[in-house]
Amino acid sequence: MSCLNPVKFRVFTRRSALLAGFGCAVIAATPLTFDAAVAKEARAQRVLAIGGAVTEIVYALGEQDRLVGRDSTSTFPPEATALPDVGYIRALSPEGVLSVKPDLVLARENNGPREAVEVLKSTGVRWVDVPDDFTLEGIDENITIVARELDVVEKGEALKAKVAADIAKTREHLASVDRKLRVMFVLALTDGKINTSGTNTAASHIIELAGAENAISGFEGYKQISNEAVIDAAPDVILMMNGRGATADHAAMNALIEAHPALSTTPAVKNGRIIRMDGLLMLGFGPRTGEAITQLAKALYGDEH
Amino acid sequence: MSISLEAGMSQAPGAYAGDRTVFARRMLLVLTVVLILTAMFSIASGATNASAVSVAWALISGRDDLISAVERVVILDIRMPRTLLGMLIGAALAVSGATMQGLFRNPLADPGIVGVSAGASLGAVTFIVLGAGALAPVAAFLGMYHIPFAAFVGGLLFTMALYRISTRNGRTSVATMLLAGIALGAMAGAFTGLLVFWADDEQLRDLTFWGLGSVAGATWLKVLAVAPVIIPILVFSPFMARGLNAMTLGEATARHLGINVQLFKRVAIVMVASGTGACVAVSGGIGFIGIVVPHLLRLLMGPDHRFLLPACALLGAVMLLFADAIARQIVAPAELPIGIVTAAIGAPFFLWILLRRRGLMDI
Repeated sequence: MSCLNPVKFRVFTRRSALLAGFGCAVIAATPLTFDAAVAKEARAQRVLAIGGAVTEIVYALGEQDRLVGRDSTSTFPPEATALPDVGYIRALSPEGVLSVKPDLVLARENNGPREAVEVLKSTGVRWVDVPDDFTLEGIDENITIVARELDVVEKGEALKAKVAADIAKTREHLASVDRKLRVMFVLALTDGKINTSGTNTAASHIIELAGAENAISGFEGYKQISNEAVIDAAPDVILMMNGRGATADHAAMNALIEAHPALSTTPAVKNGRIIRMDGLLMLGFGPRTGEAITQLAKALYGDEH
Repeated sequence: MSISLEAGMSQAPGAYAGDRTVFARRMLLVLTVVLILTAMFSIASGATNASAVSVAWALISGRDDLISAVERVVILDIRMPRTLLGMLIGAALAVSGATMQGLFRNPLADPGIVGVSAGASLGAVTFIVLGAGALAPVAAFLGMYHIPFAAFVGGLLFTMALYRISTRNGRTSVATMLLAGIALGAMAGAFTGLLVFWADDEQLRDLTFWGLGSVAGATWLKVLAVAPVIIPILVFSPFMARGLNAMTLGEATARHLGINVQLFKRVAIVMVASGTGACVAVSGGIGFIGIVVPHLLRLLMGPDHRFLLPACALLGAVMLLFADAIARQIVAPAELPIGIVTAAIGAPFFLWILLRRRGLMDI
């Protein structure tokens, strides 16, 4: 022991630590580069789409044959519902996701829970987050990402051009609108209580894109609103989603709206302007958003603009 | 009374009428075997067809090439922690339930009675709703486990408050604790309601899933986080049995029997609060196990806590693993929140036992 020079000993350990560190780095880096090369070459053949808009984009790109699963929010097009459902986007089960044997997972960014997603990422299955953004730029970015991951970049460019053209056409018509209509989105009318959309929601954005104005701007998100606030807002138009189940009878629902103490006072009800649209089309912010804006603008302003 | 007691002491156990010692011992043995089988089933079954046997063989023989990376992760990082977490949580909830029912001499007492559940859900809901907004810096500091952490801290704080409120002159009043618990629960409910009002749609879905509980997010880190809390509680619980048995005769009698009642209460409350707090933190609100399992066993093997507590740990673990196996396979590849399964299966089964053994219900 006494022959060991402490200074020399320290140098030795430092050097060997460096060497070991370098060795580890090389070992760690090798499989990474190798994996990346393999991923670039092999096209993903088993794709799991998580999030309604993501699934719609895959279908719009014509790549649905490569889908092996979807989440419970993916309900359009209707044939997508035949795919195995891995559950709600924010309550994914690691083993459930793995059981459809995906080699690529395209997931809308609000996926969860995070622990489950961390475990899934550790399996080496390629996981791509698609941003969660209810704007036109967001749609473009999502199509770019999905098309790149599916290795169909040209189809992606074509789809983006189509979506942009749809939107541009409608917006051109809308340029001549001189007075913006004030629209109130009614999410639900349950037991006489009105659930409506404030600012910063998909509903609010689509109303603005269709050349109108959200009549309710006092709060963010979807909330129940008081009768007096409805009277005060005095919307020109009431916008709703197509009813399902108990609310599918639109005539009966309209009768309820006309009898409602607050809603009946609004210009919208007095002039009979209640507009209904498919929920996922209107609020999904997928590749059909152009179609949604056109349809809503037409319902709001008619064909003359 | 005294005659039968003397007779019991002078003879072998089981010699006097109504003694269920032998039956209880057998029951513990059977439950142990059932637990081992259930745990094996839990590791072996799931939505993917990963084989636990081939992974075990690959590990033993050291030949990693026999299994894929996915199989390895499914067995070692998904099913194993999930099974262990389920066992720990089920055992802790059932033992906590039995302890509370014994301590409060109230058949309706569940682990939530000491305020843990209300406090934990307030903590969790606060971070689910405000974690991305006002509390973002705190959430970022605590990392991805900020919700479990908030739930655990919330549960403990609530229990401490409740204990303080109901302790006067060094004596904790069980009745005050029950009533104050209801009041504190209502307060927590009001705050939680306010947060629910502020929540957006996604957060609402998160809240619903959290409230129904799940062990789907089980990771080794979660197992390692709760094991140091739960395992000592399970190991220590049999030593509480004599005290709990004495407490069933009433607090005054327990004191005359030589039990330090105040110390006993304090230990029991701390045990239950930290155990339940740890469970709620990692798995959300899994109801019913804390009520059904102890009552079921009391009906079957009598109220003697020396056997009841270990049996609760075993049956609690079995029930949770069983419910979880159903939760993750019935709608595969999606999965149900486990709280739905424990209530949907536990409640009718419990009713059936109650109806069959009507009249014997007396804790």
